[in-house]
Amino acid sequence: MSRTGEFEPLTVPGESGAGEGQDVLEVAMGPHHPSTHGVFRMDVAVAGERIVRLKPVFGYLHRNHEKIAETGSYLAAMPYTDRLDYFCSLTNNWAYALAVERLTGLRPPERAEYIRVITAELTRLQNHACLVGFLAQDMGASGTPLMYAFREREKILDLFESLTGSRMMCNYMRFGGCRCDLPDGWLDQARQLVADFPRFLDEFERFLADNEILMARTQGIGVLPPELAINAGVTGPMLRASGVNYDLRKVDDYGIYHRFKFRVPLGDHGDVYDRYMIRVLEMRESVEILHQALRDIPAGPILDPKSKPRGFRPKPGEAYGRIEAPKGELGFYLISDGGSNPYRYRVRPPSLINLTVLEDMCLGQTLADVVVILGSVDIVLGEVDR
Amino acid sequence: MLSPETIKAQVESLVPGAELVVVPNGSTDNPGALLVRGEQAVAVARALREHPALRLDYASNVTGVDWPDQVLREKHRIKLIVEGEEREFEEERERRVPGYLEVVYHLYSMALGHGPVVLRLRTGNRNDQVSLPSLTPVWRSCELQEREVFDLFGVRFEGHPDLRRLLMWEDYQDHPMRKDYSDPDDYEYEPTAHDRVLARSRARQGEGAAS
Repeated sequence: MSRTGEFEPLTVPGESGAGEGQDVLEVAMGPHHPSTHGVFRMDVAVAGERIVRLKPVFGYLHRNHEKIAETGSYLAAMPYTDRLDYFCSLTNNWAYALAVERLTGLRPPERAEYIRVITAELTRLQNHACLVGFLAQDMGASGTPLMYAFREREKILDLFESLTGSRMMCNYMRFGGCRCDLPDGWLDQARQLVADFPRFLDEFERFLADNEILMARTQGIGVLPPELAINAGVTGPMLRASGVNYDLRKVDDYGIYHRFKFRVPLGDHGDVYDRYMIRVLEMRESVEILHQALRDIPAGPILDPKSKPRGFRPKPGEAYGRIEAPKGELGFYLISDGGSNPYRYRVRPPSLINLTVLEDMCLGQTLADVVVILGSVDIVLGEVDR
Repeated sequence: MLSPETIKAQVESLVPGAELVVVPNGSTDNPGALLVRGEQAVAVARALREHPALRLDYASNVTGVDWPDQVLREKHRIKLIVEGEEREFEEERERRVPGYLEVVYHLYSMALGHGPVVLRLRTGNRNDQVSLPSLTPVWRSCELQEREVFDLFGVRFEGHPDLRRLLMWEDYQDHPMRKDYSDPDDYEYEPTAHDRVLARSRARQGEGAAS
């Protein structure tokens, strides 16, 4: 039984410039294909080696996260947000906490805001480092670049573990602050890590940035024009690789990002290489933010005293909170009817919406390029399927 | 950001015959949403995107909300003549408020860096009038999200280029995000040889043989 419906009888379209008059072969890539980074399927039609149609198929990891969250209390949804994009649980926590804070008017104290920025930027570092590693893996650089990235990620996860008690499922933010204060010596460890990180970036960049194979496989591949990127709601590094200056840390100015000096790197080609390079440059800017945040973090409370763990009932109303997660704009839309659980709880998943343009980027490319293009989108299926 | 009332006035002057209603919001997060009638939605959406002071070129979030039918109990005072004299009684009456499905769009402007403008569309009811125009022709970012709303809430988007279920499988019947949804006993029931074997056994050996 097909989950998507059959392909209609296929005539090879001329506009992709390939495969006119050839037979078309339909390939199901996935759901258990290593390049899909999870359980994700692409029904691809190829004429010769060129893609003439690509339909993504979702839902293999669907567990109706939103329904689960609507049946529990507000706080009960917090650990579930870890499982959306399980690489970046701390930014997921933040986005949800931000939406609830907008709904209720809670305000995190100064120190909590700094901790949020620090943990979010560390999350961005490890996400982008791994993405670059996975991208190189997808191109056939088996293991080594990925292990270099994982070595750095390990150090960041160690920091998360000593702070939150968990390496990946952190469940750390609370409405109006954070769950616990930094342990002794944590800031020094973090400063050390941030001071060492540029060395890794230099090394990584020296190996990859002007590598001939990487350039041949990525330059001019999967080009995404800026007009299409805006119209299709693409966000995050993918949007900025197409040259659109839209970073929520600058635009929305949530948290305390206006206090930090950092730049927003932009690409000019919108191809896979630019998307790779944007990640590298963003890591450097994250290091800048971390330097400043770790220098300026004040002492003080970490939770708004008005925040209640029990009997938490926001007034009726609605709110939409969104942050610049490593993968793009992560938003939470909440409607309260005055009860103890959200009447409506919605996650705006950047991974899913960035896949809207997957077919547009892949048409006319080869099957091997599909793997690289998908790798450059940066998806996590826990968030795509929810 | 302009207030919803200002946007309402500007859109109504741009789109002939458009009538927008400002839906207030109880929290301080945004000042209120704009409720649009289905048949005007595409024209209003285009006006919001093209208006030089708004330029809402980016539809960030599209989602559904289910508002089930409600039964309100209301007290009325009635006068009755009892034993020759007029007396006042209190009577409780039930009033059915029909439910509807709502689709909410959060619109931002990447060009001008402002937002959100919240757009709401409502269906006629929850059963047979569940069609709304698709805004995918205006903003491509609605494509997958409207499919999700169709899948999980059961709103039919007219004019959507590829309206299929997104997360549940094709043969699935229900809409899981509706408030009155209950889990099926068996998600993927397929008749197995099991029942046929039993029936054959009964036929051969008489009733009660292999129960």
